[in-house]
Amino acid sequence: MTKPLRMIAASALALAAGLAPAWAQRSDVTVAMQLEPPHLDPTGGAAGAIDSVLYANVFEGLTRFTESGEVVPALAESWEISEDGLTYTFTLREGVTFHDGTAMTAADVKFSLDRARAEDSTNAQKQLFAAIDTVEAVDPRTVRVTLAQPDGMFLFNMAWGDAVIVAPESIGEIKSRPVGTGPFRFEDWVQGDRVELTRYADYWGEAPALEAATFKFISDPTAAFSAMMAGDIDAFSAFPAPENLPQFEADPRFQVLVGSTEGETILSTNNAQPPLDEPLVRKAIAHAIDRQAVIEGAMFGYGTPIGTHFAPHHPAYVDLTDMSAHDPDLARELLADAGYPDGFTTTLKLPPPSYARRGGEIIAAQLRAVGIETEITNLEWAQWLEEVFTSKNYGLSIVSHTEPMDIGIYARPDYYFQYDNPEFQALMEELNATTDAAARTEMLQDAQRMIAEDYVNGYLFQLAMTTVAKADLRGLWANAPTQAVDLTGVSWAE
Amino acid sequence: MSLAERDRAAAPAASGRRPLPRSLWIGLALSAVFVVAAALSFLWTPYPVDGMNIPARLQPPSWAHPLGTDHFGRDILSMIMVGARTSIAVALLAVGIGMALGVPLGLAAAARRGGLLDEVIMRANDLIFAFPALVIAILITAVFGASAVNAIVAIGIFNIPVFARLTRGAALSLWEREFILAARVAGKSAARISAEHILPNVANLLIVQGTIQFSLGILAEAGLSYVGLGAQPPTPSWGRMLAEAQTMVSLAPHVALIPGLAIVFTVLGLNLMGDGLRDLLDPKVRKART
Repeated sequence: MTKPLRMIAASALALAAGLAPAWAQRSDVTVAMQLEPPHLDPTGGAAGAIDSVLYANVFEGLTRFTESGEVVPALAESWEISEDGLTYTFTLREGVTFHDGTAMTAADVKFSLDRARAEDSTNAQKQLFAAIDTVEAVDPRTVRVTLAQPDGMFLFNMAWGDAVIVAPESIGEIKSRPVGTGPFRFEDWVQGDRVELTRYADYWGEAPALEAATFKFISDPTAAFSAMMAGDIDAFSAFPAPENLPQFEADPRFQVLVGSTEGETILSTNNAQPPLDEPLVRKAIAHAIDRQAVIEGAMFGYGTPIGTHFAPHHPAYVDLTDMSAHDPDLARELLADAGYPDGFTTTLKLPPPSYARRGGEIIAAQLRAVGIETEITNLEWAQWLEEVFTSKNYGLSIVSHTEPMDIGIYARPDYYFQYDNPEFQALMEELNATTDAAARTEMLQDAQRMIAEDYVNGYLFQLAMTTVAKADLRGLWANAPTQAVDLTGVSWAE
Repeated sequence: MSLAERDRAAAPAASGRRPLPRSLWIGLALSAVFVVAAALSFLWTPYPVDGMNIPARLQPPSWAHPLGTDHFGRDILSMIMVGARTSIAVALLAVGIGMALGVPLGLAAAARRGGLLDEVIMRANDLIFAFPALVIAILITAVFGASAVNAIVAIGIFNIPVFARLTRGAALSLWEREFILAARVAGKSAARISAEHILPNVANLLIVQGTIQFSLGILAEAGLSYVGLGAQPPTPSWGRMLAEAQTMVSLAPHVALIPGLAIVFTVLGLNLMGDGLRDLLDPKVRKART
């Protein structure tokens, strides 16, 4: 090689070396999840997939959850609570704009909260706003919310995806073209395939590292595995096949994040259907179940056993798993005491996730061992919502309740468990009116014991949050304090 | 030598010249394996079919578990045996429905050939035939609920036109034959002629077609239970075993391979048997061979 040529080669190499990090530094990400949102209005639908895509990315509320479940200021930079706990005065952040360029003011907050709690509102979590009496826009940056009774959970409630602030002008098209205040703006939704987001240049807070993000929807676990292995997607939030996780863990190209969700996975029991209306029968079922076998068999070991409807990572959690320890002999005895020495037959209706389908087969075998026969029916989500959740036409079912702090559902006699205990309902009312932290903890613990003693449902395990991602992707949430894939802190390692 | 004596002497010689087709033997042997396994499963399986043993899951084939264990630690051989029962029962009953309804319809259509009844029956059959069978079977089970019984009905309905057409086609040419003419002259009704003279003469064809439909029924049952619309758990079914093994292919390939091979070999066996039976029973092929 002649000298000039060598020099050219050397400089070309230097140039390439200088450029390489710039090429490697990707600024877009493709995150896959199993379910596609039915529409894109987090304030008008129960589907968790809506929040997964939009929470903290496109929409923000007055407060928000962090990865650890803590409630921190979001659009409200600070607040004052009156002595009697009835008046919350929020000071909004300066310079917040919606993605259509208009300023976010107190009037928008008033509109959003009033819309959510209106008579005809389709908000899936209307109880979050139940305590609100009036909302006033004092000046463009001040909102005063007056409560009818004190609500110890109010700031927590305002952090939910169902309580995000929306722009009044965008409401007509919110289901297909959401307009929020978040760091990413909605770009496109190719139904059945993906939602695209791009960085919003005028975001009030710290700009995210990513310029663009794509959410892809892959419902089939086998396809999810191949898409991840082929590198078509950068991360899969809540990977649906736990049996494949060890393979990803062993592969240096990937990382597996294992955290906790707010999902209490339970054997839902129809407390109004004989013979399941009999507490002794429900107690027998609880003792017939071997949770560890369910966690091993259905989730390949991912999951924490629970003995009541409460998240184990919560400070107020009490471990009550001993109350329903696996004891088939005791279960048979209890069944005999309840008047069913030969057992009985009931239905077991299972939604699609593998924790339900596989867990259902395992539980059916465990119940059969004590004499309880189950007729298994596998249902799609829409059928499950119709038959089990709405019509309450079921004996047993398995489902994960993923809303945070949702023990209050036991105070609703029309909820699909049909558990009607006035004592529990009174306790929940008292809890809602209490703001003192220590007293609240005690009441929450009483509530956990009460439903465990009544054996309302079979308590199985806390669903693990398992995210698979490429090894050099940083900043994804390991835990899921709410259904969200927060991309604000996500970046690629250099 | 009387005529009768000559016939008797010729008969064994004739069959000696025509050995049974090889495909029939292979097909019979393959099918017999699964029929025997299914029958045996009523009396005995190596392990209880719902016996879960989660610590022993996804084991490769071994002496203790000749075909390995599945994701719940159940013995796959036991599940294949009981699954064969499900497949065979569904397919057999579905063929039964098809024959029980299709053959009389075909006979009736042929007896009233060219008439209104013929038109109505055959056009109704065309209508059913025009739909993609498996898609409609999925629709039926989705509407009436997923169960083995509904799978049988759904698959059975699509066997009706197959048998109706076959029976009518074969019966039409028979109606022109002299012995039928003789029966008519003797004053037998169309229904009696169909039952006493036509049916025995199309029976061979029906047996051959029945074997083919039986194998298609097994395939359809596997397809339905693969998408979760066949027999519900805990009843083992090959299609569902295959579907459940899907995410475990990279961990333990045998869990998916074994039910897959069971389906392949049963369907192959039945098809070979059908081919062999046709060679044996079809008069045209018989003539060509001699």
